[in-house]
Amino acid sequence: MRVDVEALSVEVAGARLVREVTLTASSGRLVGLVGPNGSGKSTVLRCVYRALRPSGGAVRVGGDDVHGLTAREGARRLAALPQEVATEFGFTVAEVVAMGRLPHQRAAARTSAADRDACARALGRVGAAHLADRSFLTLSGGEKQRVLIARALAQEPRVLVLDEPTNHLDIAQQLEVLTLVRGRATGDAPGGLTVLTALHDLNLAAAYCDELYVIAGGTIVASGAPGAVLTRELLAEVFGVRAHPVTHPETGAVQLLFDRLPSRPGPT
Amino acid sequence: MAPPPVAADVDPIPDAPPGEAAAPSRPSARRLPLTPLVCALLLALAASVPVAVGVGAAGVPFDAAMGYLWAGVSGGSIAPDEVSAYTIVWELRLPRALLAAVVGAGLAAVGVALQAMVRNALADPFVLGISSGAAVGANAVLIFGAFASLGVWALSGAAFVSALAAMGLVYAVARSAQGMTPLRLVLTGTAMYYGFSAITTLMVFAAERGEAARSAMMWLMGSLSGATWATLPIATAALAGALAYLALSARRLNALAMGDETAAALGVDAERFRRALFLLTALVTGALVAVSGAIGFVGLMVPHAARMLVGADHRRVLAVAPVAGAVLLVWVDVASRTVLAPVELPVGVLTAVIGVPCFLLLMRRRGYTFGAA
Repeated sequence: MRVDVEALSVEVAGARLVREVTLTASSGRLVGLVGPNGSGKSTVLRCVYRALRPSGGAVRVGGDDVHGLTAREGARRLAALPQEVATEFGFTVAEVVAMGRLPHQRAAARTSAADRDACARALGRVGAAHLADRSFLTLSGGEKQRVLIARALAQEPRVLVLDEPTNHLDIAQQLEVLTLVRGRATGDAPGGLTVLTALHDLNLAAAYCDELYVIAGGTIVASGAPGAVLTRELLAEVFGVRAHPVTHPETGAVQLLFDRLPSRPGPT
Repeated sequence: MAPPPVAADVDPIPDAPPGEAAAPSRPSARRLPLTPLVCALLLALAASVPVAVGVGAAGVPFDAAMGYLWAGVSGGSIAPDEVSAYTIVWELRLPRALLAAVVGAGLAAVGVALQAMVRNALADPFVLGISSGAAVGANAVLIFGAFASLGVWALSGAAFVSALAAMGLVYAVARSAQGMTPLRLVLTGTAMYYGFSAITTLMVFAAERGEAARSAMMWLMGSLSGATWATLPIATAALAGALAYLALSARRLNALAMGDETAAALGVDAERFRRALFLLTALVTGALVAVSGAIGFVGLMVPHAARMLVGADHRRVLAVAPVAGAVLLVWVDVASRTVLAPVELPVGVLTAVIGVPCFLLLMRRRGYTFGAA
């Protein structure tokens, strides 16, 4: 399902966090949002998954403004992995995944066979069926992220929004999570799952995304295929680094080697 | 010869991905099956109420008390010289035991909702400052004889009205442009708690009669001695309303417990839900505190104990905690009436005596956070 962010602006307490951001993610595509810290990545995504109401513009999912849909209908179309997850409660993995069924359940209804199937399928897809009875709190970072992806899949959404899903993961877990997400985007869902993700690591973004949007100071400054977007000039201007694009010997993807910009005063 | 036992260390998970094989497959929290547990607790409650009615400071023999109870239930007759003993059983002890059950269940249910609502393990029905607000009204009646025209309703009425006023105040202060965040709620509630407590303390100091200060203290620590058949319907209605709403909200409480962002992604408007929970918990706390005073620890301990037994899923916690809270408070009230009979102890003293060691034990359990074992 197509996601259109149209001229999105967010103002909080007089400060403009996001200005006139427009971006599009179509079915079966993995679209990345990259930018320095505080550039507005999370703010844009929070508007998309309805944790924040924009002060201007619109977010359309399948043509409808998500802020006009009921919360339930919105959550049936779109699932999200927010960056911050409160983890004081000792839910089991199965209970966490079952939460994904919330937008499909009536308050008074018991858990249906369809709910159970969806949860089992989702856990199987992320390779975490064996974790079902474990306490979520005892999992490693990578396992937690897989379980949260399973929860999002149990929601049976058409759009998946991820806010820096590789944070705090080791490199093997980072690759695993993005491979999993990539597989979902190009996978078996009719028309494919649309994935919109904020990423910190530009090399991961270059390796996994079909398309990148670069955000700086709350506005989109570049967009397109990773190889075309991540140029020396842009990286110097937006990220303040000297970059050397190289080609991955196996995959052919653009990867970047970094230096400090010579003109920048650094710590002594 | 018996076959050798199967090696216990065989990995029971054949489908674990290779990278995870080395990780110990730690079993999840031990959990009791829900239905038998709830049935056992309900049976315990059904057995506890008659026992609570059978014991007390007044020398009514246990079997006689059961006889009066039966007479009351079945509409049977009693001898004229038994009227005063019958009155003790039917008009004092029975409503009191029932009120203990209702208040215990209500405080436990409110505690469950509040801990999820502010995602704080230390939250209890009093964290919002509602009960200390109620105390201001109650003590105005107890110490200065305010609202005397309301007669027997003066105490409960004043407590409830001042609970509502406190609720409005906390609500107004806790709201901000960013909404009613858990931290703002807890901080506002705590600040109000100290403010209202100061007013109450001032009133106790200003009290001219020592007896008034004593009843004020009794109220502050909680007591079910004011229970009558007339106080039951309000508390029961509050409990029924809370249980019905929370039963329908159990899944949304799970989502809220994972954070506002996750709740939003799951289709739950966290801000609106928290507002509804605030209103519900404040109203129910106000209604319960109005008839029983500020009984501490039940709303803090019982939700944690329930989570230790059945895990963190609110559908399970909400099935167990109210019944457990009811059983606990029935017995605590029995103890408060009998331990130093004929002197009656405030209920809050006993819940603290039981609660503090329980809570310390609970915290010593490694890694316990909201139901993880």
